[in-house]
Amino acid sequence: MNFELTEERQMLQDTLRRFLREKYDTARRNEIIGSEAGMSPEIWAALAELGVIGALFTEDQGGFGGAGFDIAVVFEELGRAGVVEPLLDSALLGGRALAGAGRDALVEQVIAGAVHLAFAHGEPGGRYDLDHVQTVADGNRLTGRKAVVMNAEAADHLLVSARSGDEIGLYLVDRSAAGLSVQGYPLLAGGRAAEVTLENTPAQALGLGLDDIKDLNALAIVAQSAEALGAMETATALTQDYLMTRKQFGRPIGTFQALAHRMSDLLIEVEQARSAVINAAGYLETDDRDLFLSATKNLIGRAGRLVAEESIQMHGGIAMTQEYELAHIAKRIVMADHRFGDTDYHLERYIALCVA
Amino acid sequence: MDMSYTPEEQAFRAEVRAFLEAELSPELAEKVRLDRDLTKADMDGWHATLNARGWLAPNWPKSFGGAEWNAVQRHIFEEEACAAHAPRVVPFGLSMLAPVLQKFGSKAQQEHWLPRILDGSDWWCQGYSEPGAGSDLASLKTKAVRDGDHYIVNGQKTWTTLGQHANMIFCLVRTDPDVKQQEGISFLLIDMDTPGVEVRPIILLDGTHEVNEVWFTDVKVPVENLVGEENKGWTYAKYLLNHERTNIAGVGFSQAGLAAVKRVARAENHNGRPLIENPHFAARLAQVEIDLRAMATTNLRIVSKAAAGGAPGVEASMLKVKGTIIRQEINDLARRAAGPYAMPFASEAVEGANDMVPDPHDAGPVAASYFNNRKLSIFGGSNEIQRGIIAKVAMGGGR
Repeated sequence: MNFELTEERQMLQDTLRRFLREKYDTARRNEIIGSEAGMSPEIWAALAELGVIGALFTEDQGGFGGAGFDIAVVFEELGRAGVVEPLLDSALLGGRALAGAGRDALVEQVIAGAVHLAFAHGEPGGRYDLDHVQTVADGNRLTGRKAVVMNAEAADHLLVSARSGDEIGLYLVDRSAAGLSVQGYPLLAGGRAAEVTLENTPAQALGLGLDDIKDLNALAIVAQSAEALGAMETATALTQDYLMTRKQFGRPIGTFQALAHRMSDLLIEVEQARSAVINAAGYLETDDRDLFLSATKNLIGRAGRLVAEESIQMHGGIAMTQEYELAHIAKRIVMADHRFGDTDYHLERYIALCVA
Repeated sequence: MDMSYTPEEQAFRAEVRAFLEAELSPELAEKVRLDRDLTKADMDGWHATLNARGWLAPNWPKSFGGAEWNAVQRHIFEEEACAAHAPRVVPFGLSMLAPVLQKFGSKAQQEHWLPRILDGSDWWCQGYSEPGAGSDLASLKTKAVRDGDHYIVNGQKTWTTLGQHANMIFCLVRTDPDVKQQEGISFLLIDMDTPGVEVRPIILLDGTHEVNEVWFTDVKVPVENLVGEENKGWTYAKYLLNHERTNIAGVGFSQAGLAAVKRVARAENHNGRPLIENPHFAARLAQVEIDLRAMATTNLRIVSKAAAGGAPGVEASMLKVKGTIIRQEINDLARRAAGPYAMPFASEAVEGANDMVPDPHDAGPVAASYFNNRKLSIFGGSNEIQRGIIAKVAMGGGR
């Protein structure tokens, strides 16, 4: 047993953490969130240059990582800094789908930061159910609607799931394709998404099906959970610091046992969350994958809510203000529960997998 | 033990319901239901409507132009108003300052300020908290120094709710720095148009502007704006805090919130069935409803005790803690029920954004409300402070 990061991953973590600490503070990020695009092209280019996107792909795919722990390392740091740039959707989900389909030339551009993608799978009324696809593929023409598609406005290409008879397949759609309409809007925790409608829109079949979508979803759960973990670490660090410096009644409020014990509970939960992310990453390529993914996402959902709410409560009013770092971080943590299945969804799935 | 409302109370409820049906515009109710920012005109308009009916100041004695409702009547009104999505009456002048003026103010102050609260001439805000004095309110530092016929005020207040609309602020200020903290505080009324008063917005995590910082630099305040005696402000503040805690349980808000969650959960599908039939979701929903039913009765018990003349003491703290936990739990269920559609952000700051953002089943901005209502357990004496009060009463000062 060895729970240390490999030398390469440690380097990646250090580099990324340093870069974000220097270039991605609260003021800069709030500026990015408030901008029309909702993300920064300069940050995107810099992340690509640092190899952050490449770390999400295997060597065969043209990257230099791609395993569960590579994904976890990257997204934990993104979460720690509250990054709103769409790495999960554009690079991981979109890029790995293209890699799975052997679209090497496009993947190369993704890794270089030159191409943006969107992963359009969820549909209105589908909540978190992966097999809820009503978009129809008639030959290579797609018709249907996709819900809350991250990064759809900025994407050069969209990966769209559609049903042809009983088969669910993944298709590549050009952003300028006929019959494609994208209605964008901001998200509460930063970044942008859109409602996407396709009306007899030309597409290319990628030769990927529901099982591939499930594999991609598994990568996304590792990433989303690691991101929430990083954000939880920031939330607890800010709270710890605040409890030691904020004075009321003539002493630091952290010296009140009622708060000290609650702080301790948060630290315990963050350790639980860290282990849950390690489980998800470590079991990613085993038969127990789905069981561990559901266990992780459920735990992250519960611990995340506790950490977000208690961090705000122990800070008091200051944590409710937009210019204080915790406000954004808490939103990232809680909103992570609204993607790839929430706490309840994964509890149910865990039970079903245990019974099976 | 009789848990039913008297015929008079039932008749009163019918009267309130008929009034709301006739006078509350559907447009305004819809804004309230969807948690949209209300304009000053929206709030002023609703106040005027209530005032025309003589119902704007339910807690005031008739001699001051109030309705002089008892606690049960006030509870019935709150319940009906929440169910109909009526705007909340802005409490600062009506239920926070007015009781202090009525009890401790001079006759001249009562005659000048109270009618102006009713007819909307003044919009009051509250100058209590400071950056360094939150839960520990008595450590406030804004100072007022007597200079002839005036006080000269310097310092900073914060979390001033709706201060951007206010023309008047009632403030706790330090008039004697050399005595025990609580004994050197005075209660001052300050015109916000006085030179040296500056209001700066604080934007909250859901993008809303409902609170402010208020800065005072050499602000001249006439001595007749001192309420009661100099250095007795803490007594008045404590009296005011008790009034701030009427309707503290928020039963009406919780009932309306729960109804909204159920509506969304009936419309939302999970595995081909309505979400409300999902055992995990249904269990969570039932749990909070069970808690709410009990708390509603706790609330009525305390309300009828107060109606009979007993003052709510530690029970108000209990209601604050339990009431906010329940409201926040309902906010959590609302965001869960919305699923992925909880993520879009209808920002009042972005023009037209509300029309762009998808809102299936008309759920409203559930996630923004979830975050905004984290304030419930922080303001008006945080839940930690309330628990401290309960423990002190229960165990005689032992922590």
